[in-house]
Amino acid sequence: MLNINNNKDALAPVIDVSQVNKWYGQFHVLKDINLKVMRGEKIVICGPSGSGKSTLIRCINALEEHQQGDIVVDGTELTRDLKNIETIRREVGMVFQQFNLFPHLTVLENCTLAPIWVKKENRVEAEKTAMALLERVKIPEQADKYPGQLSGGQQQRVAIARSLCMNPEVMLFDEPTSALDPEMIKEVLDVMIELANEGMTMICVTHEMGFARTVADRMIFMDDGQIIEEGPPETFFNNPASERTQQFLGQILSH
Amino acid sequence: MQKEMIEARTPPIMTVGALAWIKGNLFNTATNCLVTLVIAYGLFALIPPLIQWAFIEAVWTGESSADCTADGACWAFVNARLDQFIYGFYPPEHTWRVDIFFVQLAVVLAWLMIPAIPGKKYGLVYGLVAMPITSWIVLSGGMLGLTPVDTHDWGGLMVTLVLAMYGMLASLPIGVLLALGRRSEMPVVRTFCTVYIELWRGVPLITVLFMASVMLPLFVPEEIVFDKLIRAMIGMVMFQSAYMAEVVRGGLQAIPKGQQEACDSLGMGYWKSMLLVVLPQAVRMVIPGIVNTFIALFKDTSLVLIIGLFDLLSIVQAGLNDPVWLGTSTEGYIFAALVFWIFCFGMSRYSQSLENKRQEH
Amino acid sequence: MLLRLWRDSAWRAVLFQVLLISLVLLFGGWIVDNTLTNLENRGISTGFDFLSQSAGFGIIQSLIEYNESLSFGHTFVVGLLNTLLVSALGIVFATLLGFGMGVARLSSNWLLAKVAAVYVEVFRNIPLLLQIFFWYFAVLSVLPSPRQSLSLFDIFFLNIRGVFLPEPVFDAGGMIAVWAFVVAAVLTVGLVLLNKRQRKNTGRPLPFLKATGALLLIGLPVVTFWLANGSLHWDVPHLKGFGFKGGIELLPELLALWFALTVYTAAFIAEVVRSGIESVSKGQKEAAAALGLRPGRVMNLVVIPQAMRVIIPPLTNQYLNLIKNSSLATAIGYPDLVSVFAGTTLNQTGQAIEVIAMTMAVYLTISLTVSMLMNMYNRWVALVER
Repeated sequence: MLNINNNKDALAPVIDVSQVNKWYGQFHVLKDINLKVMRGEKIVICGPSGSGKSTLIRCINALEEHQQGDIVVDGTELTRDLKNIETIRREVGMVFQQFNLFPHLTVLENCTLAPIWVKKENRVEAEKTAMALLERVKIPEQADKYPGQLSGGQQQRVAIARSLCMNPEVMLFDEPTSALDPEMIKEVLDVMIELANEGMTMICVTHEMGFARTVADRMIFMDDGQIIEEGPPETFFNNPASERTQQFLGQILSH
Repeated sequence: MQKEMIEARTPPIMTVGALAWIKGNLFNTATNCLVTLVIAYGLFALIPPLIQWAFIEAVWTGESSADCTADGACWAFVNARLDQFIYGFYPPEHTWRVDIFFVQLAVVLAWLMIPAIPGKKYGLVYGLVAMPITSWIVLSGGMLGLTPVDTHDWGGLMVTLVLAMYGMLASLPIGVLLALGRRSEMPVVRTFCTVYIELWRGVPLITVLFMASVMLPLFVPEEIVFDKLIRAMIGMVMFQSAYMAEVVRGGLQAIPKGQQEACDSLGMGYWKSMLLVVLPQAVRMVIPGIVNTFIALFKDTSLVLIIGLFDLLSIVQAGLNDPVWLGTSTEGYIFAALVFWIFCFGMSRYSQSLENKRQEH
Repeated sequence: MLLRLWRDSAWRAVLFQVLLISLVLLFGGWIVDNTLTNLENRGISTGFDFLSQSAGFGIIQSLIEYNESLSFGHTFVVGLLNTLLVSALGIVFATLLGFGMGVARLSSNWLLAKVAAVYVEVFRNIPLLLQIFFWYFAVLSVLPSPRQSLSLFDIFFLNIRGVFLPEPVFDAGGMIAVWAFVVAAVLTVGLVLLNKRQRKNTGRPLPFLKATGALLLIGLPVVTFWLANGSLHWDVPHLKGFGFKGGIELLPELLALWFALTVYTAAFIAEVVRSGIESVSKGQKEAAAALGLRPGRVMNLVVIPQAMRVIIPPLTNQYLNLIKNSSLATAIGYPDLVSVFAGTTLNQTGQAIEVIAMTMAVYLTISLTVSMLMNMYNRWVALVER
């Protein structure tokens, strides 16, 4: 279904962020960020609020503009060139904390809107793909409902399906479970785990450490706009090098 | 300890029923007793004589005000002039064309306003695109074998509705563009739209109509001559689109930023995300405000009297100066007021019901 | 290269804006060019010289000295003052009526609430112009002639020429008393504010506040009047020839406009007031009542201060609407700015552009000033909220 193993160079990083800096006014939010993501790699970013982790992934699909440094996605450099921005956004899917489904459209229309208008697919084809993906996130029966009629967990699963409909190379997750009631978190994480198992390249900003242990190939800890520590989950959780990481993990794992 | 369940009993007599309602809502305190009595007396002194005047003693048909009595309303005036009030000076043998316009308008309104009728999209396209064109052809003629009828001969309710309809249809899209422009990130566009909006919202409609009627001919080469009706329409559209823009902007502000971001992340450009996602939500949200603007526009059409066009009010006003119908001004104004009122009240009720429905969700 | 620029978002924005500016300039230039040609063809010179030329027409009502020999510039001022007069009268009375009706709509008395609701629904759904015509042509024009005036105590008169009221005429001593009253009023307001502060800080009101206030307001003018040996007589209007002489004369044009503006705007203000009061949640009232505040205090200390925040912005809007709507004066010949200046003066001089620009500038200045004040108020309220 997802053509992950296409014939592009499997050894080149699919996302290459180098020396990226960003300021909000005088406030330095991202400081000399370097990050390479390989095809099929799953990365979990964590860190205290205001550490710049959301800003970083929002820069990757140009929802925010970075002021210094380079971001290259699948060989396309992110500049102010609208064509490049468009190409990158097609390659990169994004799931938001607040779902951001379109409330005036049905679930199915939410999923087919971009394929029809951006990728110029025909409606029948787009609906077929959308139904298949809704099936994968286990809510095909809700296709004709409006987002307002669904629970938070269902809405987030629709949002995932909506992104997948564009057949992206990379998926970005911006705290996908933070706005959910506890009993709904699992159904969303299950979908994400399944996606990870199928080989999708993923960057997740999340505090779900259980999920991180299960799927992450690499953990990244950010604080104060910098990458403090990164490494495989075993070392990261059991043997963090930095004191700040230890402190953070202590707080987040203590309950 | 309670051994048996207590049976439900009927409440004390003075807490339910008509008597209780009267006591609770009209005579619950000493002040309220007094207020109720004063109002009741006032209504009693006012309403029976009014009914007497308006219906019982009224004269419904006649040739001149001499046929009427001093004790009753002279509806004969309205009756004798009704055709003129509706069609103005439109040639009587062609008034069926005006009727087509009225019917078309009614059909579109019903189509769009009654939820049970399907195909709202087609209704919208028909109302926004097809109806204005066909209506103009049918009314002004000169095509399809229809005799041309000069806009000088248009008048009465028909002109009121023509002004209201075209004013609305033009000011809505212009207002949407202005609202988008005022929220634009480009400073020049933003400044331009803000100045335009604040300029027209800051001056009275009369000065705009004066401008359209006196200054517009100065602004264009002498060869171009604008019809008076068109000039009035341009003035009204310039004015109302500024108000419409502010209403739409209110809706745009209420759409969460995440909607735009979701569109961006799906690779949709500015116009696609506006037209497919943001505007449909924003406009739907402010339909009550749009209807209110439309009510204001509808009432404002009466101002064209000042630049010499014959809308419903001015044709009634003109009829009052007829020496044959002296002393019938009250009846004339009541008739005109009633027509305006029915339209405006109907629309405001509709907008309120939409608002209530929205709040239920 | 060009394609690259076109695809660059920043460049595209710049290009678009430059394009817009040039289009606007082109269009503006076209209009200016056409206008100049047209004016030249018609032999009209541009400029504001006409303002100093003699007007040569009379104005039926003026708050300042005016006669036909004075300039067109004077007609501008006379018109402007008449606009301000009817607006001020309208705003005061529409506020009173509107607040009354708004509160009445929420009354526990069913009959009163219904009467207020009918009032609002009737008057806001009928065009203002029609209402002005109604009062002017259907009501005031059928009043009796001056000789058959309706009168109250033989000092107030109502007839087809308008309303006539007695006018107080003071001599120098009397004027001092009038000023003394102004001083007393200012002092009283100060006293009330002081009382409010004291009450907030110590919980105790100033002693004898009402008595002191009354003594100030009545006593001070009376004493000064007596000390200055002033005199006052009332200039009562009286029938002379075919009309009335003396007193204050309110023209039917003014009355009709004032009345219609008041009744129309009050219907809107009533709605503003009602929704303002309704916006204060029931919980607020219950909380205040639970603290043991009396119903009057609940209203004064809890409901109204919160409702006013909601009410004031749309209320200001209604005031602006009223000022702009007063321009409908021209339809019945009340000599306001639009009627005198944009009407008669424009017709006499043909200086359409200058005249309409000046007229619009007046309304624009008023609107922008008021909305600026409004923004300051909103910012202030927002600040208090944090």
